[in-house]
Amino acid sequence: MLFDVIIIGGGPAGLTAGLYTSRARLKTLLIEKGLIGGQVTTTEFIENYPGFEDGISGTELTGRMEKQALKFGLEINQGTVQKISLSGNIKKITLEGNQEHEAKSIILCTGAHPKPLGVEGEDKYRGKGVSYCATCDGAFFKGETVAVIGGGNSAVEEAVFLTKFAELVYIIHRRNQLRADKIAQELAFSNPKIKFIWSTVVKKIEGEESVKSVQIRNIKTNEESSLDVHGVFIYIGYNPNTEFIKDTVKLDESNYIISDGNMSTSVPGIFTAGDVRAGSQKQIAVAVGDGATAGISAGKYIEKNF
Amino acid sequence: MSDAVASISKESWDKDILQSQDVIMVDFWAVWCSPCKMISPIVEELAKDYEGKAKFFKINTDENPDLASRYKIRGIPTLMFFKKGQLVDQVVGVVPKTQLKEKLDSLLE
Repeated sequence: MLFDVIIIGGGPAGLTAGLYTSRARLKTLLIEKGLIGGQVTTTEFIENYPGFEDGISGTELTGRMEKQALKFGLEINQGTVQKISLSGNIKKITLEGNQEHEAKSIILCTGAHPKPLGVEGEDKYRGKGVSYCATCDGAFFKGETVAVIGGGNSAVEEAVFLTKFAELVYIIHRRNQLRADKIAQELAFSNPKIKFIWSTVVKKIEGEESVKSVQIRNIKTNEESSLDVHGVFIYIGYNPNTEFIKDTVKLDESNYIISDGNMSTSVPGIFTAGDVRAGSQKQIAVAVGDGATAGISAGKYIEKNF
Repeated sequence: MSDAVASISKESWDKDILQSQDVIMVDFWAVWCSPCKMISPIVEELAKDYEGKAKFFKINTDENPDLASRYKIRGIPTLMFFKKGQLVDQVVGVVPKTQLKEKLDSLLE
């Protein structure tokens, strides 16, 4: 079936792009491989999305975005896109299971996923103390000691969240200061259950049935030590979900999609929006803005070329 | 939509799981866990695909903290596989349906 626009990825960027193209009466299909809402759904409470002065949960916010887009005719399918092929102006999408769709324009909103630490024990203890989602797993560490790795917003906010359950939360950061927003930092510094371990990296995660400790190294003194923890929550950044399109559109050295101010990629008619875009600030408000721009650009492209 | 997968609690755990001879898959979940929402429709589908061959249950970890700690659960969704009352396999996190089918098929052999 030929669509005007196919959007890949159903986070805030994709849902907003879908809202704009649907309202422009472009026949639009959004394909999501996991859960509509994307990464945002694992955020318990969002305080920096404009219009919600008392904050809103990630699932509620994206649930509303989905409803709004559906109201204007967006179609949503569950599926995993395996590849995009081009023949003239038409773009063909192949899904797992060999289902195919065609579109005049494509908007890539595939987002990013948490970056692994890449140390021994990380895979072995995944789900047995190693976690990338404090809101999912925090409750299983009631009264225990956990470590959060990282110093950005996610790390610091999730560390504060974890103090609801854990007795003691270490924030282990490779630098000697945090990157997180000042307001997040203030909350963490004033929390008596949070202790900071600066200029330190994790070398190894150890345990028996589940995590028991981490081997850490101070990068200034090179001193190594062992820290007893039951949980390790990893928030050291993200990797873009671009594996399936790496041969289709131009990526930067970190595999994010390169685009211009109209959200155009290196391929005419293929646009991008949100966290997967090189230079994105990885904020919901930014993803929404990107999505609107990409939706409008796709409309203009179709009007000109079809 | 949750007809095929029955909820289970601490009270009926021993009888329904440990004293059963069947191949059983148990989905440990909680309302606040968004990856759990990705896996639960897959468990529903499997329950229909394997109707009459294997049994499927789900258990809310908030309502049953004893069971969650008895099985040392550290993350959800956790899917546990039982055969003849023995815990034989376990998966944590969102995994493709094909991988779960393989596990079930090998247990049913």
